[in-house]
Amino acid sequence: MDISADLLINAIVAGLLLGGFYAAVTAGVSISFGMLDIVNIAHPAFIILGSYIAYFININYGIDPIVVSIIVLPAFYALGALIYQVYYQSFERRGQESLRGLAFFFGLLFITEVSLILVFGVDYRYVEAAYIGPSIHIGLIDMPLRMLVPCLVALALFGALQLFVTRTFLGRAILAVSQDQLALQLMAADPIRIKRIAFGISIATASVAGALLIIIQPVEPSVGRDYIGRIFAICVLGGLGSMPGALIAAMLLGVVESLTSTFYGPSWSPAVAFGFLLLTLAFRPAGLLGR
Amino acid sequence: MNALKFSTLAIGVGLLVLAFAHWLHLDYFYFAGYTILQFIVLATAWNILGGYCGYVNFGSAAFFALGAYSSVFMHKLYPLPVPVLIVIGAVVSGVVGFGMGYLTLRLRGAFFAIATLALAVVLQTLVVNWDFVGGSRGAYIIRPETLEFAGFEINYIEYLFVLMLLLAVIALTTARTIERSQLGFGFATIRDDELAAEASGVPTLRLKLIATTLSGAFMGMAGAPFPYYIGYLQPASTFGLEYAVNSIAMPMIGGTTSWVGPLVGAILLGSAQQYATVTISSAVNLLIVGLMLVAFVIIAPNGLVGLVQERLRARRRP
Amino acid sequence: MSALLHVDNISKRFGGFVALDGIDLEVQPGERLGLIGPNGSGKSTLVNCICGTVQNETGTINFDGRVIDGLAAHQRTHRGLARSFQLPRPFHSMNLADNLRIPLLYTVHARLGPLRSVGDLDSRCHELLDMVGLAKKAKQMPRDLTQVEMRKLELARAMAAEPKLLIADESMAGLSHSEIDDILTLLVRLNERGITVILIEHIMSAVMSFSQRLAVLVSGKKVADGKPEDVVRDEQVVRAYLGQ
Repeated sequence: MDISADLLINAIVAGLLLGGFYAAVTAGVSISFGMLDIVNIAHPAFIILGSYIAYFININYGIDPIVVSIIVLPAFYALGALIYQVYYQSFERRGQESLRGLAFFFGLLFITEVSLILVFGVDYRYVEAAYIGPSIHIGLIDMPLRMLVPCLVALALFGALQLFVTRTFLGRAILAVSQDQLALQLMAADPIRIKRIAFGISIATASVAGALLIIIQPVEPSVGRDYIGRIFAICVLGGLGSMPGALIAAMLLGVVESLTSTFYGPSWSPAVAFGFLLLTLAFRPAGLLGR
Repeated sequence: MNALKFSTLAIGVGLLVLAFAHWLHLDYFYFAGYTILQFIVLATAWNILGGYCGYVNFGSAAFFALGAYSSVFMHKLYPLPVPVLIVIGAVVSGVVGFGMGYLTLRLRGAFFAIATLALAVVLQTLVVNWDFVGGSRGAYIIRPETLEFAGFEINYIEYLFVLMLLLAVIALTTARTIERSQLGFGFATIRDDELAAEASGVPTLRLKLIATTLSGAFMGMAGAPFPYYIGYLQPASTFGLEYAVNSIAMPMIGGTTSWVGPLVGAILLGSAQQYATVTISSAVNLLIVGLMLVAFVIIAPNGLVGLVQERLRARRRP
Repeated sequence: MSALLHVDNISKRFGGFVALDGIDLEVQPGERLGLIGPNGSGKSTLVNCICGTVQNETGTINFDGRVIDGLAAHQRTHRGLARSFQLPRPFHSMNLADNLRIPLLYTVHARLGPLRSVGDLDSRCHELLDMVGLAKKAKQMPRDLTQVEMRKLELARAMAAEPKLLIADESMAGLSHSEIDDILTLLVRLNERGITVILIEHIMSAVMSFSQRLAVLVSGKKVADGKPEDVVRDEQVVRAYLGQ
């Protein structure tokens, strides 16, 4: 195989850009799974939902997809809070979150995907924006703006979340609830309300992640399932609850996927994440920077 | 009633169904019946790990498809009779189930569940990239019209129907036997409280591996005759939503604590879907299944069987 | 005489929190050891490490002459180690008799081979339930029990495994005086039959009357280990309990 430096460097750069995006995709699950211990496997479905909403408003009203996602952020937050409330009442309170909670989220994943198929059909959808198309050229490196812009937005989102969790009272309360719920109660904070807010934030990130996704690639309802493996692979590899770890893991995954795609063909990339996940679970379940 | 008596009774019921089918003389009955029987096997298999042990498998489609694709593989290599393919399917899926279990069952149940979800994606990727079994274009298997057996000529679809009937009987008998045995008792402790089970001396990892292997093997068995039934196998639908959600919805709606639940769930939901696919679109049909799953999980966690049991218990109390 | 249980330099951290810091402990066969300490001092973590529910990071654990590090919890139970959980963990889908049947089937049978018939199992379950005063509730479900009754069930389930060493983790919380006496009598009777007992408790009167030796854990470290009347007068112990 003739590996030219040009191809290699561009594959790595593309991988890094992709990794930045993956970090944003994973941020929400880092909160719900890493901190709240809720296995929300429906998260990718909400991302796809975000993609379709961005698509719909973009196509019909011409608004930039990222702007759309920020506009609908409160709706996603409310959705997340509602889902957590149902989850808490039906499962967490009764201590049955393992089997039934998982089945519940699987049901949500399924319902969302099938509903999208019914409303939009199975054709690929894509958005229109000024930065989809042109690229920046720096020396050997080609950076398509449709990958660069989402990566930058994703990193900004990620940075904002990290600041929120470490610097604000609410954010630290969320970290606290993940470590010691009883202690939090003793400090007269309501852990249920805090978890609800955290889950709401988690789903809200899906809105932005969805808009970024549909900028990077065309979307159809079953794309979400490819991301389940990626998201959890990144969460586990990065160490549950560690957001910096998730970022590193996301970049790593992005680069490996990009290299695989460039040299072996794109149809293999969904398997890469799973390989990562299995290897991590088998050899280092605490992840790179795990607690 | 011990296992032998139960299986004899079940075969008796099966023969009645077969006789009815003969009398009806409708090929469509065999087609629809095969699908329902297949779901009985899948639901029962899922329940061994999910209902009895409490470990959720989202990748039922993967194990089912493994059985189907190993049949395709063998068909292109060296044609074998379907019962042998069923055994091969069982072995392949059982081994994969064991392997995946070994890697992930020492960790929390949630990781196992996620791994099964990812497994389905990976296997689909492998199959799509493997031209020998047809890749993304799919594989055609031409089903013979009839089969020679003991001097009689049997309609091939009836033959497949009978095979699946036998598989269903075997699956139900196995589930029922496990339920009433020490093994089933051990499974229940894993579901109730795994830490306490370990502290009481239950070898939880070993039991979980047994459950995963059995469950996977049965799903592979259900998948092995599928290419002959359907004639054209395509990764997108084989690995698709229909099998994933039904393997979970049928036991959870029917009831997960006993072998009756998956049977009831498969017959009710299976028949309803057969009817619905003809009258409304298959996507709406799947949506309804998904909604029912969520509704039952929230409102009636022990399924239909659970509801009936509660009624009986309420009536017994003065 | 070599110790039945020898815990050597055990440490365990949870994230940044040090739960156990270099614990050394020995328990002689047939001994009655009391283990006390303020909440959060690491008592339950120590039990979890000994029994294999949690893996210790440093040190070794020796039981009955063999190293048991790396053994799964169920294997340690087979070797003769049994414990009750501080927060009761019954098998909630089975009645009380069946809860006790599990350790009988999976531990006692595993050790001795299936010598017992079903009838024997039933009578043994009944006998165990009777020892803790729950015989009348044999067919009831754990969810119908009071907290106190659940603790008794926990103890019965640990006894069902026919251990060489029984660790009773706060089995007496919430019991009345006479009930505490009943449990103490039961534990002493077990001890007279040769079972070594580690009693973890907050009820000082029970601990003092029961223990031949007393060990005290404070913030993950063992600060005292000796005769009960000496230990309770130890300065460090007094400070830990009364604060400074």
